[in-house]
Amino acid sequence: MKQIKEDTGSIIRVRDLVKKFGDFVAVDHLTFEVNKGEIFGFLGANGAGKTTAIRMLCGLLEPTSGALRVAGFDGYHQREEIKRNIGYMSQKFSLYEDLTVYENFRLYAGIYGIPRKERIRKTEELLLKLKLEESRDKLVGGLPLGWKQKLAFSLALFHNPAVVFLDEPSGGVDPLTRRTFWDLIYEVAHQGVTIFVTTHYMDEAEYCNRVAIMSEGKIVALDTPAALKSFYKADSMDGVFLKIARNKE
Amino acid sequence: MIKVGNLEKSYGDQKALKGISLEVGKGELFGLIGPDGAGKTTLMRILVTLLLPDSGFASLDGLDVVADFRKIRTMVGYMPGRFSLYQDLTVEENLQFFATVFGGTIAENYHLIKDIYIQIEPFKNRLAGKLSGGMKQKLALSCALIHAPKVLILDEPTTGVDAVSRKEFWEMLNNLRHMGITIMVSTPYMDEANLCDRVALFQNGSILSIDSPKNIIASFHKKLFGVKVETTAQRFECVGLLKSYPGIDSVFSFGESIHITTIQQNVDETSVMGYLSQMGHQGIAVERIEPSIEDVFMELMQNETN
Repeated sequence: MKQIKEDTGSIIRVRDLVKKFGDFVAVDHLTFEVNKGEIFGFLGANGAGKTTAIRMLCGLLEPTSGALRVAGFDGYHQREEIKRNIGYMSQKFSLYEDLTVYENFRLYAGIYGIPRKERIRKTEELLLKLKLEESRDKLVGGLPLGWKQKLAFSLALFHNPAVVFLDEPSGGVDPLTRRTFWDLIYEVAHQGVTIFVTTHYMDEAEYCNRVAIMSEGKIVALDTPAALKSFYKADSMDGVFLKIARNKE
Repeated sequence: MIKVGNLEKSYGDQKALKGISLEVGKGELFGLIGPDGAGKTTLMRILVTLLLPDSGFASLDGLDVVADFRKIRTMVGYMPGRFSLYQDLTVEENLQFFATVFGGTIAENYHLIKDIYIQIEPFKNRLAGKLSGGMKQKLALSCALIHAPKVLILDEPTTGVDAVSRKEFWEMLNNLRHMGITIMVSTPYMDEANLCDRVALFQNGSILSIDSPKNIIASFHKKLFGVKVETTAQRFECVGLLKSYPGIDSVFSFGESIHITTIQQNVDETSVMGYLSQMGHQGIAVERIEPSIEDVFMELMQNETN
């Protein structure tokens, strides 16, 4: 299928997106856009509908109604194309622990059908950049958590996706590593890759260009961290989050 | 109530605990703060007699974790990091099960769990596997409490839980402490350290520091400044610029601001602001700030690796 050229710079376009499971409305008329190169934070309490929304954005779940385009592809009929053009990193990192660092690169490149020459060039480049050359033949299972995190992120980017989804990428990671990781996120965003990230660390919400907060299937707030803080008269994103949750009660 | 001396534990050639010592007083709310892989879970599993130490000793209320393991199991409540209740039993059946295993009834100790259980009671006939994250957490805490333990050991109860549920959970712990229960709780969230009486900062199987949150913060000897930027793009550039500014030891993003540390007298608000504005960044505010536990933790970590 042919990719339809987008008029605007948005990588994700969502209009009135709904997902129902039986009578239960998990995602209730979401409308938003994410621009190219943007770091977009997606927050919400457990059970707010974040995971369901992300699964639709990644082409894993068909919407019930509404319009959805990711990287120029339709969320109903071009779900395979969406999968091929996005990167995804889960909080579990989804690396193959009993393969070596090098074998993980090879496997991911194979899955995405990246030509051999390009695969080798890119693997060497990333090993150098991540300072993992000496560990290339080590099993991933034995690596420190921070290294696994960097590796998982690089693998999610290996096939040059337009947008990468990070689902709680820094849970349980030490504060130094967490910050090094965000430096990496900035760098990648700077190169034009769009970042869609969920987190429970409210300080990380401050690092996003814009933040959407979900509650009971709806987006209840969407703006820059600065604008949200001034609107809710809070001095941190933590304060914003707590105020929104209280208003709901 | 809890005594640990020179405790060591290895898995193969991986040292999980490198000679840990600590004491927790009766009725204390004690936090183990540190990232995954620091050794928090290993220590907790030794204390609840699920794992044998390689060397050193550990005791709860004078009972040795190896010799007196049977007695310890009746007086300790444990909530593991992974949800470990019976998913195909209902909420009420799980609670009933844990009460009877310890030879008691729900009614006997209902006063301990009342405030927590009342929130999930409307769903008492629902299967535990069908509960939301926050409700599972409340049920697990109820089940760990129903035999009226003297010591409660909670392994990362707030990991992956949203900010609001986390707050509620800490309020519950605070109430339990007032009932005289000794609580040891682990968390990767540095900000939760402030809610404990005392904390041990864990990293790589060792304790970096152990004290009250207040004293830990007071031990920070560098000057700390917060640099407030306006946009995300500006943050990215300013972090880079500050890293190359002479006299600055560390530069870290910290929520809405950037934290920088220095021991040099000539680095202050004016010089940093002047430098950034010279590099083309206007509208930036720099002020001297008090450190948080996270600032101290990162400082200690860096000293460790240097």
